[in-house]
Amino acid sequence: MNETISIRQISKRFKEKTVLNTIDLTMQEGSIYGFIGPSGAGKTTLVKMIVGMEKPDSGSISVLNQAVPNFSLLQEIGYMAQSDALYPELTGKENLTFFASLYQLSKTEMKERITYAARLVNLTDQLSKKVSAYSGGMKRRLSLAIALIQNPKILILDEPTVGIDPELRQSIWQELIQLKEAGKTIIVTTHVMDEAERCDYIAMIRDGAIITRGTPAELKEQYHATSFDEVFLNAGREK
Amino acid sequence: MMRISALVRRIFQQMFRDKRTLALLFVAPLLVLTLVYLVFNGNSVDPAIGVENVNDQIIEQLEAANMEIEQLEGITDTEETIIEQDLEAFLTKEENEWKLTLLNSDPGTSKALQVQIQQIVNQTIQTQALSESSMKIDSSAPPVKTDYVYGDSETEFFDVLSPILIGFFVFFFVFLIAGIGLLKERTSGTLERLMATPIRRGEIVTAYLIGFGVFAVLQTAVIVFYAIHVLDMVLVGSIWNVIMINLLLALVALSLGILLSSFASSEFQMVQFIPIVVVPQIFFSGILPLEGMADWLQLLAKIMPLYYAADALKGVMYEGLGFADISGDLLILVIFAILFIFLNLVALKKYRKL
Repeated sequence: MNETISIRQISKRFKEKTVLNTIDLTMQEGSIYGFIGPSGAGKTTLVKMIVGMEKPDSGSISVLNQAVPNFSLLQEIGYMAQSDALYPELTGKENLTFFASLYQLSKTEMKERITYAARLVNLTDQLSKKVSAYSGGMKRRLSLAIALIQNPKILILDEPTVGIDPELRQSIWQELIQLKEAGKTIIVTTHVMDEAERCDYIAMIRDGAIITRGTPAELKEQYHATSFDEVFLNAGREK
Repeated sequence: MMRISALVRRIFQQMFRDKRTLALLFVAPLLVLTLVYLVFNGNSVDPAIGVENVNDQIIEQLEAANMEIEQLEGITDTEETIIEQDLEAFLTKEENEWKLTLLNSDPGTSKALQVQIQQIVNQTIQTQALSESSMKIDSSAPPVKTDYVYGDSETEFFDVLSPILIGFFVFFFVFLIAGIGLLKERTSGTLERLMATPIRRGEIVTAYLIGFGVFAVLQTAVIVFYAIHVLDMVLVGSIWNVIMINLLLALVALSLGILLSSFASSEFQMVQFIPIVVVPQIFFSGILPLEGMADWLQLLAKIMPLYYAADALKGVMYEGLGFADISGDLLILVIFAILFIFLNLVALKKYRKL
């Protein structure tokens, strides 16, 4: 499998506080990577750096063999921010169309992608409603649809399943697994431990550093734990 | 290009769904302008003047000058009489000396009244003196013929004020609406989300300038046509020059508004810029004479966009200047706009370093 993302010796400080401390990580296509850790651990800063929105103080990142930041890379990265960045005055469809038209897509391609993304997150019937009338979970789903709109090779989802009911969460994860099998690289940040189990590879982040990493099975064995809550607590203690 | 038009279309969609903001943009300036027009063009009330020991000839003359005369007798406390009888002035002749007491609640009106009464008294005394010496003269002295460089005898303060007002409204409303437009995008996180797409910073600034620029153009046209055709404002020069000045001013307001929105973290903080950025500009826009101000204050006026716009607007609308005469002012407005647009590009680096 091809390496798609490589993070080398990344450090970042905001004033006095070290947000990220010499992070090293490589990722391959066709896998789901979970960044797990408490809020304020630096997960969001790290994913923003992969997108190219934040700049590391030292170290470098390359995505698809191109150095970040890079305009052509942004076409290949689907990003779902932690807060729903939507236009409440517009309908769901208008939101999708607006973001779709920021990418290089042909007219028919755009139509197909909008239909596909809306169906995936189960919003097809609500597309003509204004977003201001959406529930929290519907907004989260629309944000996910927007992240998928340009059919990117890399998918970066910052807390994608917050406020989504278990049934839909299940179907979203099924879709993520299908996307991964189609060869996409997917990064998911979460602090819900049971979601960790569905990832292929996990990096536990705390205070700006990766405290442990590995596949879910490896980590459980290493920390003699039955659940991921335990893994996290044990790994934190060892540090 | 496609991205710019997508962004512009989105701004239109948002604006048309926000009826209140549209109303603020188009109805509010007309409402305020109409109010100012009515306030400044109200008819003045004839001043009431109390007199004692004044002969009929003078009273006649005073009444001819639109004053209401009340003949009083045996006044001891002049000031109290003025206040109690609601008079503007009290004229009396004690022995051979004229004495005029003014209420002076409005110094401007009182000065004018004083001059008028003095003239009438002096004139009457002179004519009397002449007729006593039994010389035949025409009692009505030939009036001095008065000409005006700008305007005419019908000119009101509103005519001088109105060009500045037009400029001010264009500046104020465009500043506020464009600023809050981009601010909403910042606070809702959509600006940051935009930065995760391949859009360029220049494309965002351009789209905002075009999107809100269209509304600014429409607003300018509505205000200018309303002021000239409905409120009958004085317009000596070309209406196209007026529109051009306002468009440049709107561009400055637009770019300044979206620039300052990056220093505000809420709509309320954006409104806090009004007393700091907008209100001081009114003082330096020419409503108050600049010549009398301290040198450093005059220098301060030179960094205010509204100063140049008001100067050009007054020049075109009231003095009838042409394009060549106002090109200096226009150039400076262009420089302001370019400067603010450039700073906007830099400010957006906060969201993406590319």
